[in-house]
Amino acid sequence: MNNIYINTKNNDIEPDEDVKSSSGRGWAKLKRNKAALMGGIFLLIYIGCALGAPILFRGDPSAPNLMDSLSPPCAKYFLGTDELGRSILGRILYGSRVSLMIAVGVVGVGLLFGVPIGLISGYYRGKTDFIIQRFTDMMLAFPGFLLALALVAILGVGLENTVISIGISMVPLYIRLVRGCVLTIREEVYVEAARAIGTKDRHIILRHILPNVLAPITVQTSLGMGTAILFAAGLGFLGIGVQPPTPEWGSMLGSARAYMMGKPHVATFPGIAIFLAVLSFNLLGDGLRDAFDPRSKI
Amino acid sequence: MKVTSDPLLSIKGLKTSFHTHDGTITAVDGVDFDVFAGETLGLVGESGCGKSVTALSVLRLLNPSMTTIQGRVDFNGKNLLDLDPEEMRMIRGSTISMIFQEPMTSLNPILTVGEQIAESLRLHEKLDNKKAWEKAIHMLEIVQIPSPEIRAGQYPHKLSGGMRQRVMIAMALSCNPCLIFADEPTTALDVTIQAQIIRLLEHLKKGSNTSIVLITHDLGVVAQMASRVVVMYAGRVVEEAPVVELFHDARHPYTRGLLKSIPVITQDKKTRLNEIPGIVPNLLYMPKGCSFHPRCSEAMDICKKESPPMIHLKKNRRVSCWLTSDDYGEN
Repeated sequence: MNNIYINTKNNDIEPDEDVKSSSGRGWAKLKRNKAALMGGIFLLIYIGCALGAPILFRGDPSAPNLMDSLSPPCAKYFLGTDELGRSILGRILYGSRVSLMIAVGVVGVGLLFGVPIGLISGYYRGKTDFIIQRFTDMMLAFPGFLLALALVAILGVGLENTVISIGISMVPLYIRLVRGCVLTIREEVYVEAARAIGTKDRHIILRHILPNVLAPITVQTSLGMGTAILFAAGLGFLGIGVQPPTPEWGSMLGSARAYMMGKPHVATFPGIAIFLAVLSFNLLGDGLRDAFDPRSKI
Repeated sequence: MKVTSDPLLSIKGLKTSFHTHDGTITAVDGVDFDVFAGETLGLVGESGCGKSVTALSVLRLLNPSMTTIQGRVDFNGKNLLDLDPEEMRMIRGSTISMIFQEPMTSLNPILTVGEQIAESLRLHEKLDNKKAWEKAIHMLEIVQIPSPEIRAGQYPHKLSGGMRQRVMIAMALSCNPCLIFADEPTTALDVTIQAQIIRLLEHLKKGSNTSIVLITHDLGVVAQMASRVVVMYAGRVVEEAPVVELFHDARHPYTRGLLKSIPVITQDKKTRLNEIPGIVPNLLYMPKGCSFHPRCSEAMDICKKESPPMIHLKKNRRVSCWLTSDDYGEN
């Protein structure tokens, strides 16, 4: 077992040195969580694939080669080819770039709107909070995917619109999460103490409240990226997400549907890619939650 | 201690109500008292009698959407209740500040103590980061924290309860306020640390003309620090007296009950500690007449019907009880 407690040298002036900061304890706990560790490793591989796609696969993943269409895995095409004879490996590798961009973009949109609105809603309470929360309720009444679908119908297809649609569908989750945390933290005596010395509201929100909300936001970010990839793949599968010829896992799966019985590899490998990417984000997110949730004291 | 004749803070008819789902609760009901420059006023009463709410009302730290504050709070020629929120914010921490009860939770766990002290200095004294930090270290030195340079860079979890309370005092004092509300500053600390903190507060007060409103239920602390005492019960002032008079000649049965319930170290172990029977009435269902009568051993018929008037016996000496009214006649 790892030594969780770190002894510093200046013990003579530390009355309770063995009490490590909560974030320090969290990291130690995260490292002991094997599932989270595995999620983290998968994630690194995934990011490595996305960044190193041009090195790992030479050639154009979108250029058709009808001579080799629907080839099973072989020496030339490690994971086989699709109906247009494009390497599935290449498309998965380049597809990881697309899905990573989507994951980051979606969570970015969610955070950009969700966090400030949640902070304001939770801190000021009153009418502002009421209006924001009823609006959030309205959005949460739709299943997330349906909301994203409806937004795509309004905005149109394509990478950017996919990101915006899924991002907006996630905003209410962030608003709720952040607001909930702010409601607890704003009642802390240190927030009252900060107000008692005349600190400005903006300053209290940014310096005293926001940093205390970061742990749950981090957890939600990791889980949200997994969901984003899944939603994007879903939209791609339906043909209203990222459009061909851009390699995207969901649309790869969608076009492979026709050859499911005869050539299962065409659908299997993009499916595994989606599965592993979502799994790694979820394992890491769960691990982060276990490590940083103040209620889970092990 | 000599005090000037004009009060620094004058509270008149302060009435604070909370709007809850069960109805409106009046936690502070017509409280008046003055605080003079340089004095320490003890504000005494049991839990839930409105001591802290009085302080929070004066500083307007209660959520305005859920509370109504009426009355007047005159400070430096201004009614604090009329100021706009921005003006009020500038007063908080610079001329009036507050020390809270819970040193373990009144410091933000994710900011170093130095930053937290420097925060108000940057805000009110417009010091730059470096100067604010230096002054923060100096403040830690003033509140007698050893190796202040190291402590300033540490997070609250590395400090003991007594040290955190010293940090809170340093924060409250950093901008030289004229008035400090100390809300049970020693309650959460053990006895030896309590004594240190009281000694520190007394020491710091000697060097300045700061007034302290000491909110506590600990009459021992009051006896040691305060020059004048205001006793509250169920949101009202029931008695006011200079500290020596209060301990020798308490007029209100409630005050007498409080004094009797102080444990004495020489007391026989077998004798029970004196207590006031019953509990503070639910503020939603206040008894008719004097709010203390259900618990009062000397209650008379009139106590159940009408609330007693405030009887001013002399300067700084008043009591709200029908018993006194009999002795002195109607005022």
